[in-house]
Amino acid sequence: MGNLVSGAEIVFKCLEDQDVKVIFGYPGGAVLPIYDELKNFKSIKHYLVRHEQGAGHAAEGYARSSGKPGVLLVTSGPGATNAVTALTDAYMDSVPLVCITGQVPTHLIGTDAFQECDTTGITRPCTKHNWLVKDVKDLAKIIHKAFEVATSGRPGPVLVDIPKDIQFQKTNYIKYKKQKKLNGKSFNPFTQSDIDKLVKLMKESSKPIFYTGGGVINSGPKASELLRELVAATGFPITSTLQGLGAYPGEDNQFLGMLGMHGSYEANNAMHDCDLMINIGARFDDRITGKIDEFSPNSKKVHIDIDPSSINKNVKVDLPIVGDVGEVISSIIKTIKKIKPNFEKSNKQKISKWWEKIQKWRSIKSFDFVNSTEIIKPQYAVQRLYELTKDKDTYITTEVGQHQMWAAQHYKFNKPNRWMTSGGLGTMGYGLPAAVGVQVANPNKLVIDIAGEASVLMTMQEMSTAVQYSLPIKIFILNNEYMGMVRQWQELLHDKNYSESYTAALPDFVKLAEAYGCVGIRATTPDELDEKIKEMINVNKPVIFDCLVDKEENCFPMIPSGKPHNQMLLGPNDQKEKKITGKGKTLV
Amino acid sequence: MVKSKSAYSIPGKQGKLDTHVIVVWVDNETGVLARVVGLFSGRGYNIESLAVAEVDPKLNISRITIVTIGTPQVIEQIKLQLNKLVPVHKVADFMRGDKKIIFKEMALLKVVGNNGKRQKALKICKKFNPVILDKTNKSVVIQITALRREIDAIMTNLKKLGLVSVSRTGAVAMTRGAEVFK
Repeated sequence: MGNLVSGAEIVFKCLEDQDVKVIFGYPGGAVLPIYDELKNFKSIKHYLVRHEQGAGHAAEGYARSSGKPGVLLVTSGPGATNAVTALTDAYMDSVPLVCITGQVPTHLIGTDAFQECDTTGITRPCTKHNWLVKDVKDLAKIIHKAFEVATSGRPGPVLVDIPKDIQFQKTNYIKYKKQKKLNGKSFNPFTQSDIDKLVKLMKESSKPIFYTGGGVINSGPKASELLRELVAATGFPITSTLQGLGAYPGEDNQFLGMLGMHGSYEANNAMHDCDLMINIGARFDDRITGKIDEFSPNSKKVHIDIDPSSINKNVKVDLPIVGDVGEVISSIIKTIKKIKPNFEKSNKQKISKWWEKIQKWRSIKSFDFVNSTEIIKPQYAVQRLYELTKDKDTYITTEVGQHQMWAAQHYKFNKPNRWMTSGGLGTMGYGLPAAVGVQVANPNKLVIDIAGEASVLMTMQEMSTAVQYSLPIKIFILNNEYMGMVRQWQELLHDKNYSESYTAALPDFVKLAEAYGCVGIRATTPDELDEKIKEMINVNKPVIFDCLVDKEENCFPMIPSGKPHNQMLLGPNDQKEKKITGKGKTLV
Repeated sequence: MVKSKSAYSIPGKQGKLDTHVIVVWVDNETGVLARVVGLFSGRGYNIESLAVAEVDPKLNISRITIVTIGTPQVIEQIKLQLNKLVPVHKVADFMRGDKKIIFKEMALLKVVGNNGKRQKALKICKKFNPVILDKTNKSVVIQITALRREIDAIMTNLKKLGLVSVSRTGAVAMTRGAEVFK
């Protein structure tokens, strides 16, 4: 018969087999047998969070900064429902997560038992797949399969729901055998003729652009290296989505900055006017495309993506290439080298006019803002933060809102996996717990959550986790007392009716930090900002940094809703003109 | 120009709608139908009719036939999204009206009335393989197999003859000739 082991033990044996070193979780009635086994598995460290959503985001931060799947362990009922936001977030942003939930004993399922909920039913639309384990003999197979599904193809979250009686039952443990055919699915991968077609388009193009996304990062660090090689070999301009930042160096001259609703003027105009758009691992999200009917009207569009369902979902493309981004780029480079070794030189003349045009757009300096000596401008705060931390290998997470966009605009990333932000779902409260996970994965690195005061209060309790495990995360709050992005939309679209977007009773963040047992720092004037930031960096403890910024600053440039890329609203100066004519108003 | 107050873009032009029949082979496991149906409702796709049953008890495979309406882009998405589901083995799709495909729906019709009416009812059903499943001296239950619109027409015709109850299945489909769905 061999050694019989309990379901709870099997859970950890599987995690060991999958090389899991870290799990985030919160105990409860339906997972107690699993928690009971924890002590017997020394190679796995459990981090106790303060709320299951925090466990999910921490696992996301861990996954995105390490490239390994994040694992969370929560109880049934409220434990599972609290994790739903994080699972949905991971689903939207393609983050590999394995969520293990406890469930009431099999015989009580369906009886509305204490802390029972239909976990697999609730999480079905926000996971790649989920399983309710009904027989302990299936447990090991299911958990291994769960890791396979989470990490293969386009990554994403999965969930395994384990009833309490299954955790007690005993069976033989089945070791993990790697199967060749992943996921039971084989997509039609790209062929050399696809690559040849692409290279032909590249040769013919006089106004090309690379539009890259999170897929490059998900493909692994090698893909980012290859991307740099490809961009250098072609001399083409490149822009990136919010999620793709870091795949290509942010300060490089060929990089036009982020595109989309709050992207740079040059990136959006180049997207609109190009004749060849090469989408690498991005998904034509609505924050990127603006009005679909007028999106880049005169370009041939190429879409490289591992997920066939991403292709032609929002925008019809001329050449789809289904495959892993890294492999595709590598084939492109090989083909170029073979057919046209001097691609960059021979093409320089052809795209020189295009670059001239781009330089003209660039000279508008769309990320510029009117600085002040009296009050800290949020953009200035991010710029200073960047200047003072760029020499370190810094990891940045964010919450959601204006501060997120300013961080994306003014913080420059040179390496992949250094930028963790909730893009698809836009989850306020993501950044702090994500920073916890990032710090766990990267113990000696500087981890900063660029936050807004409204967002960060949604998951503030996780400071307690950071303190418990001595994780020296820095929470850099751009405090304007408003839900800034809501306020901005209300100003621009709802006649300045600031309905419920002001937080009248905020905590004293410095005292709050002290209450949690970490360090609180406040900056109120531009003069003292640098000193205070340095102070923050030098503290080897978690810090809440309360940076009081201009309350009414808006995030520009921006593409107003329902508008194509070439009708951006620029900063305050540009806006004044448009307001006077009355025409500007309709532009919003 | 209408001032948009939304943070989202305004809807673009809508393409032409076609009716398609989509056949899906899935593992016959708990929740698989919920996954397939949930994908349709969650993404705003239509289901006109649905038929599902196990077709391979040995391999535990069920075959789901879904009739849906959508633009070519939506139909393409439906196929690709279905293919991503873990328990889905393969997906076939064709336009309604495709000559290479047979499809049929079944209906049970209960007619209550005198003999004359019952005979008339049977006559109306004559072209659609009527089978009398049950009869009394007041009533008859007729089984027919036909296309959706044919059944619709028969139902209208039978109303005046004492049609009191109808039960219908969704469409099932198969290729003509020796070929099978790829």
